[in-house]
Amino acid sequence: MSMPTELKYTKSHEWVSVDGDIATIGITDHAQEELGDVAMVLFPEVGRVLQVEEKFGEIESIKAVSDLYAPVSGTVIAVNEALTNAPELVNDDAYGEGWMVRISMTNLGELDSLLTADQYAEIE
Amino acid sequence: MAYIPNTDQDRQAMLEAIGLNSLDDLYTPIPEALRFTGELNIPSRYNQIALEKHYKTLGNKNASAEEYPCFLGAGIYDHYVPPTVGAITGRSEFYTSYTPYQPEVSQGVLQSIFEFQTLTCELMGMDVANASMYDGATALAEAAIMACELAGRKHLLVPDTINPIYRDVLETYVRHMNLTVDTLVTENGLTSVESVKAAITSETGAVLLQQPNFFGAIEDVQAISAAAHEGGALFVTCVDPISLGLLTPPGEYDADIVVAEGQALGCPMGYGGPLLGLFACKTKYLRRIPGRIVGETKDGDGKRAFVMTLRTREQDIRRERATSNICTNVALYALAGAVYLATMGKQGLKQVAELSLQKAHYAATEIAKIPGYSLSFPDAPYFKEFVVQTPGDAGKLNEHLMSKGLIGGYALGGHYSGMKNAMLLCVTEQRTKAEIDALVAALREFEGNS
Amino acid sequence: MQDPSLTHERLLFEISQPGRLGVELPDCDVPVMSLESLLPAAQIRKDLPLPELSEPEVIRHFTHLSQKNYSVDSGFYPLGSCTMKYNPKLNEDAARHPGFARLHPYLPDAQAQGALEVLFEMQNILTEIAGMDATSLQPAAGAHGELLGLMLIKAYHEDHGQGERDTIIVPEAAHGTNPASAARCGYKTLTVKSDSRGRVDLAHLKSELSDKIAGLMLTNPNTLGLFEDDIAEICDLIHGCGGLVYCDGANMNALVGRARPGDMGFDVMHFNLHKTFSSPHGGGGPGSGPVAVKKILEPYLPTPQVVKTETGFALEHNIPKSIGKIHGFYGSFMCILRSYLFILYYGKERLKDVADNAVLNANYIRTELQGHFDVAFDEICMHEVIFSAKRQQREHGIRALDVAKRLMDFGYHPPTIYFPLIVPEALMIEPTETESRQTLDSFIDAMKQIADDIVNDPEVVKSAPHFTPVRKIDEALAARQPCVCWSPEPVKA
Repeated sequence: MSMPTELKYTKSHEWVSVDGDIATIGITDHAQEELGDVAMVLFPEVGRVLQVEEKFGEIESIKAVSDLYAPVSGTVIAVNEALTNAPELVNDDAYGEGWMVRISMTNLGELDSLLTADQYAEIE
Repeated sequence: MAYIPNTDQDRQAMLEAIGLNSLDDLYTPIPEALRFTGELNIPSRYNQIALEKHYKTLGNKNASAEEYPCFLGAGIYDHYVPPTVGAITGRSEFYTSYTPYQPEVSQGVLQSIFEFQTLTCELMGMDVANASMYDGATALAEAAIMACELAGRKHLLVPDTINPIYRDVLETYVRHMNLTVDTLVTENGLTSVESVKAAITSETGAVLLQQPNFFGAIEDVQAISAAAHEGGALFVTCVDPISLGLLTPPGEYDADIVVAEGQALGCPMGYGGPLLGLFACKTKYLRRIPGRIVGETKDGDGKRAFVMTLRTREQDIRRERATSNICTNVALYALAGAVYLATMGKQGLKQVAELSLQKAHYAATEIAKIPGYSLSFPDAPYFKEFVVQTPGDAGKLNEHLMSKGLIGGYALGGHYSGMKNAMLLCVTEQRTKAEIDALVAALREFEGNS
Repeated sequence: MQDPSLTHERLLFEISQPGRLGVELPDCDVPVMSLESLLPAAQIRKDLPLPELSEPEVIRHFTHLSQKNYSVDSGFYPLGSCTMKYNPKLNEDAARHPGFARLHPYLPDAQAQGALEVLFEMQNILTEIAGMDATSLQPAAGAHGELLGLMLIKAYHEDHGQGERDTIIVPEAAHGTNPASAARCGYKTLTVKSDSRGRVDLAHLKSELSDKIAGLMLTNPNTLGLFEDDIAEICDLIHGCGGLVYCDGANMNALVGRARPGDMGFDVMHFNLHKTFSSPHGGGGPGSGPVAVKKILEPYLPTPQVVKTETGFALEHNIPKSIGKIHGFYGSFMCILRSYLFILYYGKERLKDVADNAVLNANYIRTELQGHFDVAFDEICMHEVIFSAKRQQREHGIRALDVAKRLMDFGYHPPTIYFPLIVPEALMIEPTETESRQTLDSFIDAMKQIADDIVNDPEVVKSAPHFTPVRKIDEALAARQPCVCWSPEPVKA
């Protein structure tokens, strides 16, 4: 299972890529494998303010449904509209074209409590 | 036992293979105190011949519409069932199969449901339909709950021209979801647009309407639909599918959710169950639909195939957050509905509706001529049912009709105060002029006696 | 000639030809009036877009569809949790009797005495089999029964000034309908874990008890095919905190005549007549889910109940504390009729043969397949047995789904897979009492062959099925681009 070392992870199987105070969020390769063929992703509205660990969306495969939780607090500045017509991108490219939301972070300190690739590998 | 193939020898050999001595040993996981060792207080066994006699004896005690011309409707109808329906639903490849969770070996059921969904949409003029609900009453309750969730509101506006039994079931269902029903008392057998407008509030999630309504009368659906939408509510209708052979389909008056009792589409009256709930709505609500849905897809060779889809709405996946708790529905009756509509087709269904309409109007006209009888709602247009004011107690009148070999109408007094001497009569395409004339003659006699 | 079960069957709408008739209706024998004089202009339909087929075309179409369908009458259907037993033909004949089939539900009681007798008898029979005090036959399916049972529990608590109880406990291995029904009844759900023996984790259960608990729902035998042997203590615990205990009776085929939920301490239960008492599944219904209750819940039963009076059987609508109506009429009468005849066929003398043979058949499969597949819990099972393909997945990359699809190639319907969720790669096998030892042996041989193939030729398993009317279905496509209704113009890209 792929697990890029430059990313941060959560126990609920989200990944976070950090660029300044912007966090890009998706679900891990392991998570998409467990879910199976993804059929739909329900996004938050752009502009919504999220608290850390708040539910921000839902991902549905053909056999399961799973909640998405915010790894960090902040404001949603973008969602990956491409997934609306091509949810399979989550399966095909979980860390790239399968990203879900971008958040402008309000508390960079929260990043410290996220998992490293090694730590995530253990819980997986 | 003819339904259990294994013999004592088989059982002995199997017990040996398992390493047990007796059948009793199979129950060692049950604490001894909880095992039932007595004899059940139920009837003794019947041999097959005796059992066949027994059910025939019981069946013959009932007044079937086979024997007595039936003028009773009120939600369950004695429409003609073409022989194709029994020929297909009697095929055990259909009736002894399970829910089509394994699509590779269930294409027959799956395609028939896809066709049923399509036929439902064509009939109702709606975008999408599900694979069926238990019955019309629970379908209406589910539609009401779905509409309130979509609207984010807590009240339902329900005219009393909706089948009172449906309203009872609705009350039971929505009370437990903390929704409330505002009942709209109507006059003259029809729901007035003004009263709907006056009753809608900012908390009304949906306006419900039955078309034709419980009294058989034809409502001004276009105006009431518009009033519901102006008030920010959804518009939910409950229709008689046979009437749609003739009447404007709900899709053309902008209904958001449409339900129906589909029993008349080739299903037996069967003393009121099982029945066939139809459920359709606009495309934008597809993912909020309760129950099963079949969709088109492709197999490994790229051929068209069918599969249960959007499964994540359902209870086995989403559990307490499912769109409904429904699991088993009525696939076999949906198949009956599909065969019925395929057999009737474009011309046949229209003809069934027209025959019912014409015969009902003939019957009503003749009955209104009898001294002591009149139509309760003379100004309301109606389809195949109408309310008659009778010269005496409607229940007593029904006894009189039965003595003449006729199944009379539905006595309304139990549900509508002040209608003790009123009866809802139904005339389908099955009733002949001779039978209607016999009804009229029998009614006249009752008047003479009272 | 090509096997029709393997050829593509067009849709009704594609077979349709303008002008075809499938039925010939009589001319109108009353004076005909113009539509415009009878109906408001706005209410007259302009176009009715239904298909047009002749009778032979209708029959051939649906006959072809039937040939693409697996069924109990065509073969072994070991679908766990679903109790796919043989449906006796005598019961089908009975359901066609016009005295039942063409019986209107609003007839006065005096004209429906035969039907009312069936209902009255079944109320009593099911009450006795359950070990309870009263039964409502109204629920139209198991999930409908659950909803009714929970409504009764809620009515009881409200009547006793305990309306603030807002939580139903559901074990993690429960059917999805349990939490979904609780939600429909306005309850929150609380999940309790299973222990290493596959039973309710008593320690966890105890830690969750409070005066907020309205009740607990439990399937017994549970969804792992195991008897919850702590059931008496579980009931005591729930009763001790003021709650009531609901039995999901989906697995009653293991118990009929051998043990009764009422004797175990349950307060309310539902039956699935379409499972235990053999009314046909119909490709997904109709079902029937009667609910049996102890005395304390009887006052709240839905209306009407069937009673026996001096003059015969009657519908009793006057139940002052009733929760109301949950069904338009009296439940799935035609299913109840079939099940009534099924029970009478065995009678009090032989009804337990049903459970005995069902449990025997399950344990025979458990014993014979052990070593080829890993049994989830190595002990005597009840009417079904659960294997796990976890080892096969780990060692050979073959999942339960692949095993299921490969079984189709041997002519069997697959077992239930991936349920319950707590067993990884679950294969849940329920043979029922209506299968012979020879059928079970052939099935066991097929499973052994698959177990060998997984080791020696995994590709043949992975690419299964090979011999079904359609090849592996693309379920993702159906969910991503939903098309649930045919239309003359393709709506999809």
